[in-house]
Amino acid sequence: MGRSLFDKIWDQHVIADLGSGMTLLHMDRVLLHDLSGFRALKMLEERGEAVVNPSSTLACPDHTAGSQPGAETAGSAYLRGGPEFRQLCERYGIPYYHIGDDNFGILHIIGPELGITLPGVTLVCGDSHTCTHGGLGALAWGIGSTELVHVLATQTLMQRKPKVKRIRFEGQPGPGVTSKDMILHAIGREGTRAGDGFAIEYAGSAIESMDIEGRMTICNLSIEMGSKIGMTAPDEKTFNYLRGRKHAPKDGVWDQAVKHWRALVSDEDAVFDDDTIFYMNDIRPQITWGTSPEHVISIDQSIPDPDKALSRERCDSERAALEYIGLRPGMPIEGVSIDWVFIGSCTNSRITDLRAAAEIIKGRKVADNVTAWAVPGSAAVRLEAEAEGLDKIFVEAGFEWRAPSCSMCVGANGDIISPGQRSVSTSNRNFVGRQGPGARTHLASPAMAAAAAVTGKITDVRKLMR
Amino acid sequence: MRAFKSLTGIAAPLFRANINTDIIIPMQHLVGTDRVTMGFNVFAPWRYENVDGSRCENPNFILNQRPFRQSSILIAGPNFACGSSREGAVWALHSFGFRVVIAPSFGGIFANNCYQSGVLPIVLKEELVAALARQAEAAPHTATFTVDLKSCLIEPPQGEAIKFEVEAFRRIALLKGLDDLGMIKSRLLEIEKYRNLDCEVRPWIYL
Ligand code: SF4
Repeated sequence: MGRSLFDKIWDQHVIADLGSGMTLLHMDRVLLHDLSGFRALKMLEERGEAVVNPSSTLACPDHTAGSQPGAETAGSAYLRGGPEFRQLCERYGIPYYHIGDDNFGILHIIGPELGITLPGVTLVCGDSHTCTHGGLGALAWGIGSTELVHVLATQTLMQRKPKVKRIRFEGQPGPGVTSKDMILHAIGREGTRAGDGFAIEYAGSAIESMDIEGRMTICNLSIEMGSKIGMTAPDEKTFNYLRGRKHAPKDGVWDQAVKHWRALVSDEDAVFDDDTIFYMNDIRPQITWGTSPEHVISIDQSIPDPDKALSRERCDSERAALEYIGLRPGMPIEGVSIDWVFIGSCTNSRITDLRAAAEIIKGRKVADNVTAWAVPGSAAVRLEAEAEGLDKIFVEAGFEWRAPSCSMCVGANGDIISPGQRSVSTSNRNFVGRQGPGARTHLASPAMAAAAAVTGKITDVRKLMR
Repeated sequence: MRAFKSLTGIAAPLFRANINTDIIIPMQHLVGTDRVTMGFNVFAPWRYENVDGSRCENPNFILNQRPFRQSSILIAGPNFACGSSREGAVWALHSFGFRVVIAPSFGGIFANNCYQSGVLPIVLKEELVAALARQAEAAPHTATFTVDLKSCLIEPPQGEAIKFEVEAFRRIALLKGLDDLGMIKSRLLEIEKYRNLDCEVRPWIYL
């Protein structure tokens, strides 16, 4: 029987079958951030364990770093635990990039950038958006602090094998439709629990013709569909993306690696536990209207009526969401006035995201009622953008051009939105209070966020496209 | 971690559905407290009441009654320890003296957390759990139960022994007194062997 991409990578990492459905797996890469990674290092210290292979790890205080423009300083949130985290990393010999370093950035952005993330590796981090790395064909997922201790101390992890779900996107994107719109559309259709217990492989012609960064955006939102793992098969684009990166294999080993990576595709006769297909013709630019990523509609639609929800549970949650978000059933989402725009986060802060936003903003001005931030995902993205002159486009339009950080995605670093204010954000969670107590978040693509910034309201980006 | 082989002790019946981890150990008793003294605050919202501004034991709560103060087995309702998946819930139960928790089902990753502290979580059909709870309540002073992990049997004060199931590797780990990390470390040779072979196949992994 044929094997899926997931099966092939899983099998490669099996050390032992522990019985009762549990497997001991080898972990190739570990990323540590300043919240869960810090906790894990403290637990490790308490237990008197060592880090067996520090060179397979990477640490960065991305969550608590502030994003004040130009300052590159550590915010007050950082000062609470950051310095101790840094000391622990140094003590254990863990490669660590500090705020202001050339390699600093959100871990899910710098892992791929540095070639730490590679096709076919197992990669874990104490962060649910670790699935992002699946865009390079890695088997990557978020784990808890206790599990992190196991990985640091043994380079292995006990796991139960998930089922495998394939989601295919067939056709080519229409105007204004990006990877973010595709995955939001899928979450809207499937719901936030459809991926529970599954690893998802994204495939189909639209994924094949998509660039690597778009694939990472798609994989990033897997967890919002309930799946810890999302991945796409590596191909020539992946190899081109990785060639020459700092930690990518070199010379003869590179050729050996590419040969190995070429086999990492699902066999023709692979069997999936679940198989879903979406047609690109059905997908238009998306925007969320509520407090869950599944509360999503196309930009030309109206807010749904909770009374028509499929279940009682969903009806109640939609009603509560509308209450919080301050919108009414039946009203068109387009035209809703906003106060904030945030372009950033591990979902959409890569160079292609910034280019897409700049394309819309160029020659236009941020509306008077809006505060707009562009927060590149890493120092390298920021440099690249500046070399292309994107920073000037943002600043001339009235955006703040800020320093790399998780920033306003999470509200853990002082970057927050005031209660009752409404934002269009390129991040991944529109949960109650995620961007600050009482803050109202609408998730969308960078282009859609840019359109909202210049009109001051939720806008169909297709109307602003040149 | 201490091995768990067999235990004979008093069983406390707390047969209510959906007892969440906020009841088992409230957040404010979690921060800055030592694991081993957390038992003092286990079930704090039920165990203590406020009398004229000072915290007093609630005499109606079962763990404040003799002989249940000495119980080592907890008989709980469905979905025990639901809510936030804090490991402190197990630490608090363990610190009080519980070594076995019997319930029709557990919430979140509570069962997994139990194995990290040498506590045995047992899932039985709801009728069986309810019957055990009734026995524990009826004759507290003579109601000692024996839970044996080698034979996987519960011997209640009256009636037939009840068979329970535990995943094989969990059972072995508890009998040996190993938590997950201990279990993994008992396989260091296999890990070494894997790495040596893999190093040939995928040298680029080993930075
Ligand atoms: S950008 Fe947001 S989702 Fe991504 S790692 Fe940071 S806090 Fe998590």
